[in-house]
Amino acid sequence: MLGKGVKRKREEEEEEDLTSQDWWLEETTPSPNPEEGASPAPLPPSSLFNLSIFKLHHGLRRGEPDLRHLVLVVNTLRRIQSSMALESSPPEPPCPAPVDPLPVAPDAPLCTSVSALLDDLSHIEGLCDTQTSFSEDIPLSRPPETGLDPGRPAPLGSLELLLEDGLEGLFDDIDTSMYDCELWPNLKTDSGETEDKIQGQGLDVSELDYLMDVLVGTQTL
Amino acid sequence: DIISTVEFNHSGELLATGDKGGRVVIFQQEQENKTQTHSRGEYNVYSTFQSHEPEFDYLKSLEIEEKINKIRWLPQKNAAQFLLSTNDKTIKLWKISERDKRPEGYNLKEEDGRYRDPTTVTTLRVPVFRPMDLMVEASPRRIFANAHTYHINSISINSDYETYLSADDLRINLWHLEITDRSFNIVDIKPANMEELTEVITAAEFHPNSCNTFVYSSSKGTIRLCDMRASALCDRHSKLFEEPEDPSNRSFFSEIISSISDVKFSHSGRYMMTRDYLSVKIWDLNMENRPVETYQVHEYLRSKLCSLYENDCIFDKFECCWNGSDSVVMTGSYNNFFRMFDRNTKRDITLEASRENNKPRTVLKPRKVCASGKRKKDEISVDSLDFNKKILHTAWHPKENIIAVATTNNLYIFQDKVN
Repeated sequence: MLGKGVKRKREEEEEEDLTSQDWWLEETTPSPNPEEGASPAPLPPSSLFNLSIFKLHHGLRRGEPDLRHLVLVVNTLRRIQSSMALESSPPEPPCPAPVDPLPVAPDAPLCTSVSALLDDLSHIEGLCDTQTSFSEDIPLSRPPETGLDPGRPAPLGSLELLLEDGLEGLFDDIDTSMYDCELWPNLKTDSGETEDKIQGQGLDVSELDYLMDVLVGTQTL
Repeated sequence: DIISTVEFNHSGELLATGDKGGRVVIFQQEQENKTQTHSRGEYNVYSTFQSHEPEFDYLKSLEIEEKINKIRWLPQKNAAQFLLSTNDKTIKLWKISERDKRPEGYNLKEEDGRYRDPTTVTTLRVPVFRPMDLMVEASPRRIFANAHTYHINSISINSDYETYLSADDLRINLWHLEITDRSFNIVDIKPANMEELTEVITAAEFHPNSCNTFVYSSSKGTIRLCDMRASALCDRHSKLFEEPEDPSNRSFFSEIISSISDVKFSHSGRYMMTRDYLSVKIWDLNMENRPVETYQVHEYLRSKLCSLYENDCIFDKFECCWNGSDSVVMTGSYNNFFRMFDRNTKRDITLEASRENNKPRTVLKPRKVCASGKRKKDEISVDSLDFNKKILHTAWHPKENIIAVATTNNLYIFQDKVN
């Protein structure tokens, strides 16, 4: 990844003597992450997708989300999702793997609208949690205490911010008829079933854990 | 503290900075010394005041940051100076005035301020003004509050010098400088259903000469020019400026990097400049389908967009500015670099704002970033750039070649070499 002024490894450098003019290299502290010196390979769409979900979640956890940031991340998610939908094979049969908290199947229709995502995230991740510190929070690897629970009322904080009409908008999301819309066909049936279906389409938890570690490591530098 | 905005006043004599702590610091240029013709006056601190304080929105349980997002000066009409400063929610009009005399010799007050017993007064005298040490006072004259649901990103004073606009993510309001209890909404892009939200307003500015014209930019890379004479609500633009996407450069991040972070009219009013993540574009107001000039600020970052998305740098909002004659434009970059593009000669230069690397009064050495391949001596490789050292805010003196460049915590003032 990009280093904060990290000097490239010796074998990659041209043979030049370090002169006093290379002060900008001397000034910087080396990154503990060994990957940062290398030229980054582009992340596969699924990793980018997970990263975007993570950013969305993180953005919503802030006191008052940055609307521009949110909109740009959601639009990027849409692009990635449509790209993955074009590329993906037919969905695998569901398998009894550990439930993954992420709400989205790669071949779901283009519907990552902001409030729909908010709704799913709030039900699954529990935005009511008292965790506030980013570095302590590893939501993607936490075993899900709550599954998809349409009956559970959405928390006030993040939803209200985008629903300017406050409580009126809030109650719209609690209305379970939302789940009857064709945009989210997988969520119509019993929540346990759908979770397995979504899991079967395969976002590896260990891959997410690794990604999380990288991100958290980056953030604390 | 972290500098969040920099702005010269109309004469260039004063330079205001706003910071994350809600403070405004104003610098004043020294009067030119007749004997020292080789350099222009230096800027020294003139006034410091706390413009905004953190507030708490009890209804939403949210803290409102005191960070100053923008400062705009009003043209000077009398001895006092006026500026508008804004945080996310509230705009304030400040009066900055000098006091260098004070009255002495009151009849009913002692010199220390205690009141005299009127019965002891036997003669009357006329108080006189005596000189005192210069005091610069800043006082809030107007507070324009409660008109923005979303975060204010821009303020711009109209050429009529009576009205101004303020823009947040979804709306633009028009104010009269004398009236604080109401404003007119002139642009509203909030969809009826927030689920349909795909675009936000990123910047807005009034035309420098036409008091009916303003522009606003969006997160999708478009600029809309609106004419307030057309209708009260300017939801329908008069002109839409947009460059078609280059298919060879398409990526998942195309939209993010096309998001416009700043828009500035030229002093002449004929052109406007926009800054997106990788480039600066100059638009002729008469041509909507593409810019007339495009300058690459740091094209070497195009192959690093994934990493920049990961560390959120791709969301950084760089500003840009014109010089007084509209012949040169300037913008910031990473590693405390800033770039200038000469529109006439088509030459560009990269300079660095750094205390360690530049002694005062020495000529800045041009910098060069090596994108790939063999790195020459004095070049810096892309992987060595420090992405925490970003120059987001720059300003150019309206008349002279003096620039103000803000790194995260420091303000640098540079001037061109005077022979």
